[in-house]
This record gives sequence, structure tokens and C-alpha cells, in this order.
Amino acid sequence: MADIVLDHVTKKYGDGYEAVKSMDLEIQDGEFMILVGPSGCGKSTALNMIAGLEDISDGELKIGGELVNNRAPKDRDIAMVFQNYALYPHMTVRENMGFALKLAKVDQKEINQKVEEAAKTLDLTEHLDRKPANLSGGQRQRVAMGRAIVREPKAFLMDEPLSNLDAKLRVQMRTEVAELQSRLGTTTVYVTHDQTEAMTLGDRVAVMRSGVLQQVDTPAVLYNDPVNLFVAGFIGSPSMNFIHGQIRGDEIELPFTTLPLSDELKRAASGDREVIAGLRPEHFEDAELVGDHLGEGVTFEAKIDLVESMGSELYVYFDAGSDKADRVEQAASEAGLEELAGGDSNQIVARLSPESSAKRSETLKLWVDPERLLLFDPDSGERIRAEGGSGDAGQ
Amino acid sequence: MSDRVKSERRLGWLLCAPAAIAMLAVTAYPIGYAIVLSLQQVDLRFPDEGGWVGLQNYGAVLSSGLWWTDLFNTVFLSVISVSIELCLGMAIALVMHRAIFGRGLVRTSVLIPYGIVTVVAAFSWQFAFAPDTGFVNHLPFIADDKDWFGERFSAFSVIIMAEVWKTTPFMALLLLAGLTTIDDGLYDAAKVDGASAWQRFTRITLPLMKPAILVALLFRTLDAFRIFDTIFIMTNGAQDTQSVSILGYQQLISRLNLGLGSAVSVLIFICVLVIAVFFVRVLGARQPEGSR
Repeated sequence: MADIVLDHVTKKYGDGYEAVKSMDLEIQDGEFMILVGPSGCGKSTALNMIAGLEDISDGELKIGGELVNNRAPKDRDIAMVFQNYALYPHMTVRENMGFALKLAKVDQKEINQKVEEAAKTLDLTEHLDRKPANLSGGQRQRVAMGRAIVREPKAFLMDEPLSNLDAKLRVQMRTEVAELQSRLGTTTVYVTHDQTEAMTLGDRVAVMRSGVLQQVDTPAVLYNDPVNLFVAGFIGSPSMNFIHGQIRGDEIELPFTTLPLSDELKRAASGDREVIAGLRPEHFEDAELVGDHLGEGVTFEAKIDLVESMGSELYVYFDAGSDKADRVEQAASEAGLEELAGGDSNQIVARLSPESSAKRSETLKLWVDPERLLLFDPDSGERIRAEGGSGDAGQ
Repeated sequence: MSDRVKSERRLGWLLCAPAAIAMLAVTAYPIGYAIVLSLQQVDLRFPDEGGWVGLQNYGAVLSSGLWWTDLFNTVFLSVISVSIELCLGMAIALVMHRAIFGRGLVRTSVLIPYGIVTVVAAFSWQFAFAPDTGFVNHLPFIADDKDWFGERFSAFSVIIMAEVWKTTPFMALLLLAGLTTIDDGLYDAAKVDGASAWQRFTRITLPLMKPAILVALLFRTLDAFRIFDTIFIMTNGAQDTQSVSILGYQQLISRLNLGLGSAVSVLIFICVLVIAVFFVRVLGARQPEGSR
């Protein structure tokens, strides 16, 4: 086991395109680190550089304190799980799992013992002598995991290992992967484009966009305290609502209501200025159901366009009524967000308790918690926050 | 079987019929006729003598030293040239597969020898190796007066070289087809698993290419076993370089002994059949492993 340190690691292709730009990342020994981002953000390239399958154009990569830039993959003592599993079709499950040990000239008896142990852990014992073509998707996925764990490597590298599974199996395997990793305690770097996987699996999550690392932190911090519009919009499902806002003194004017600014935001956003306000769907509630907390928030009336019932919760869509929606849309697309909550920037999504009486085309009294309001600079997309303060991180 | 299925079957047979009849006319009929001839005494120089002689022609062929010498020559030429072709073809296929720039150009230029008529190629090489006018004897380390076609094994080496030069591209193409079916991800997986370039070749590439290699070997061995043009042009069987096909040709066309010639042809046919059955049954040149 070992830590992995990326120091200004850069991938530049022959045509000048930079897939990964000066990436700094410290992955602790035993940590489960997720690299997440939309397709083409450079997360797989970063993983391949750690594996040694792609050359590092610039910067340093250290595994267990040793500089490994110029080492071949086989000399890095890492194991990788590929998206399409890359199982050797001409070998049985047993041979697939033992291949690396066989190449390392480990005694056949010991190989058998380790393979059988891993097979037991992964529930593959009865399939050991079958060929990959005769296995189901989930079983193949497990063989790919097994091939990695029998080696007891310094680190696991996983490249979207669950994305070829159907939705139900993916959720099941997600739990198994998390369990396995915590039991083995092996440093793991896991690449995914699925923010749910990122949030549920990782000790820490590194969000990437266009080859640039945006933010690295625990899922909770990413969720509650994103550094910019991109992270705020990418993490969370349904994603955060972005609303055009105007600050006047101690208040912020939103198209549908006016909210008081918290003390911290007052310090951060001094003077009257244009901002983008971020409010997550769950920070709204049906005013009828807030009870004692009514006074802590602000209530306003909205005409409901659509109600989606999930059983355990209601998603309510209403029109923000902003005449500057295109400003928000522009800022979001500059930040790299392809989709906004509710499909367009003038639509707000609120998540309400299922007891809510919200009905389509009716007017509903909604409550919002101004303490949860996040502000972003419309030009740079950066979060606006008090200097030195890190907001209400980690709650 | 329902009426619909029956009528569909009948239509299927009807649609296949023209092709099937054409195939039978040009393959089954000549083969059958050759077998019939091989059991008779038929010699166009003595058209009046004839009649059924049973297996006498076969006895004559199999008891002659010439047949066995020629069979040895044919097997020797086939084994050596196909082995060299396999190695070279594999190397060329790997290069063509990995070529990053000029892919089309590389693939096209490699194919040129295969596009040249065998007789023309054989003449070209014969001229190149001619003791007086050829350029080969003027190359360094080669005696100026070496008579390549004057001795059995030097003649063989030129014949093999010409065969290899001509048919390696075909081998390379068949192997390339097999190579492209291998998922590149397997090589990444093998690299991470600790395999060196050589181990990736022997443990991933070769086993996964086994079906393609066997098909290529089958095609080329059958082809090589019937070698005729190159020998006919270069030595015409002199210096004990005759192949079984040349023997059959001489019996049939030069000596007009149709009975004996047909017996030789039928024996060649049986040899080819044995090679094909060996490849398909013993080596299993069928479905790729792992796929169903």
C-alpha cells in the first residue's frame, strides 16, 4: 500500500492539446479517491498516467514516495480494473486472475491459493474453470476485480468499472466495491462520470473539467461548499438552481422574492452588484410544512408548472420569472455545465415533502432557507465568499 | 413442417441450384472423370489399346522412385516456404497493424508482389539469378560464377525465395485480419499485469490469433503443395527439383498418358484432402476460442 502524489502532472499531445493541465493531487495511503467529471475532462487520461499506460508530459508522479514517471506499468505495482473488463478471452477465470502472479513467477501452489481466496471473497469459486465468454456481465466485472485483488498491489486504479452494468446491478456492485475497498484498505483511484457513484463511494472526490482540477474534498464539502458554478452544478441530483440576483445593501433581489444576506455573505458581497444565486432544490419547502422553522426563512408564492412525485419526495417546478435568464445561461455554459436544473435557466426545481399539497397550475406558498444561499460571480463563475472564511464547510 | 416452411425450403433449393450445378460441373465432374481415367489404360499415343486395369496405374506410380522423390520435394518446398512466410507475414502484419502514418501506402506496397502473375515473377527471379546476366552474382559475398540452377538445393533456395516473395503478402493480410480482432484493452491489461512486450505477444497475441494463423496456414499449405509455375519456369524439374504437380503435368500433357497422369492427380487430391482434414480436425482451425 502506498500514497500517490501528482505534482503538476500534465498531459500534452503532439497537436498541442492539453488533456490534463498541471494537476496537483495527493492521495493518502488507503484512501478511496474518486476522479469525476463530464466526458473529455481528462479523468481517464489522468488515471492512465498513474497506471503508466500514457506518458507524463510534464510534472512528477510519485507512488509510495518513489518517482515513477519513467517506470513501465509493470514496475509500478498497481492493478487496474477496466471499463470493458479486458479479460483474456482464451484463459479461464482462474488463469485470468492468476496471470499477473504467473508472470511474476510466483509458485503455482501459492497462485492457486490466492486465486481461490479471492474467488471466495467475490463469490466466483464455482466459475473458476469457465471462460469469460460464458459469464454474465456482473460475474465478468467480479473477475476483473479479482484479477486486481489477488496481486495485493500498492494501489487499485478503476476506470469506470461499473458503467457497463445495468442500473440495478450497478447499485449492488457499488456497495460491494465500497465494502471490498474498506476491508482491504488499499489505496484506490476510481474514475467515473456518475456523480452519484462519486458521492457514495469516495473518501474524497476530485472534480475535473477540461483537464483542470476544480476541487478536491469530501463529498459533503463538495456538496455544501463548492468553489465555483461548475462544481455546484455538477454535484447533486437534481442539480442546484442558478438564479440571477441583484444585491442591494443587506438583501439580494431574486426574480421571485427578496432574501436577507447572512452575515458572512454580507462581508463577502459588499456593495450593490449582480450575482448568480445558487439554491439547492432541498432548500425549499412547502411553507405549510415548515412548522417552527417558518420564521427562519422567507416565504413567497409561486405558480407551479409541474409536479413529479417520487413517492418519498415531490419535485415541484416553477418559473423563476427572471428577465435575465440568458445571463445565467451564459455563465453556466461558460462554466462548462451542459444542463441546468429543470432544463432551462428560468425553471426552478424545489424538493418538497410528500405531504405537500402542491398541484399543477396552482399557486403554492413556498419557504426557502436564506442561510443556504450560495453566491457566484457571473463573469468568472467563482464562488463569492468572505476572505479567509470557508463558509459552513463540512456540515 | 408447415407448408410455408416447406415452400421456403423449396425456393431455397431452387435459388441455390444454378450455383450448385455450375460447381458440380466444374469440380465434381472433372474429379470423377479423373478417377475413372486413373482406373483405365488410356494413352493417346496408343489410342487403340485400352480397357480397365484396376489399380495398376496407382501401383505403377507408387512403386516408382520418381513419385517419392517428387513428393519429398513438394513437402520440403511447402514446409520451408510456408514456415518462412508465416514468420515474415506475422512481422509484416504487426507492422501494418501498428503503422501510424502512411498506413494505406504501407498496405498497398506490401501487396504488390501478390498482384504480379506467378509466371512473370518466376521469370524475373530467374533472370536475377542467371549466372551470366543476373545481378545477384554481382552482389558482394556471392561467387560471380555461381550456377544457381545447376544444383538441387541452390535451385530449391531460389524457388523458395520466389514463392516466399510472392505469397507472403497474402499470409500477412490473413494474419492482419486476425490481429485486428484483438481488443487493444487486453494489451493495456497485460501491461499492468506485468507482461513484457514479448510476453504480450506470446501469451495474448498468439493464442488469440490461433484461428487466424491456422486458416492462413491451411490456405497457404494447400496452395504450396500444388506448386507448379515457379518450378516449371525456373528448372522445369531439372536437378531433381520436380514437384508432384509437374509429374502429373508431364504424364498428362507431355506423354499423353492419361491413365497414369490421372492416377498422379488423384494421389495429389488425396494428399490435399489429408492436409485439410489434419488442419481442421487435429489442429482445430475452426471457431476462435472463447467465442460462442
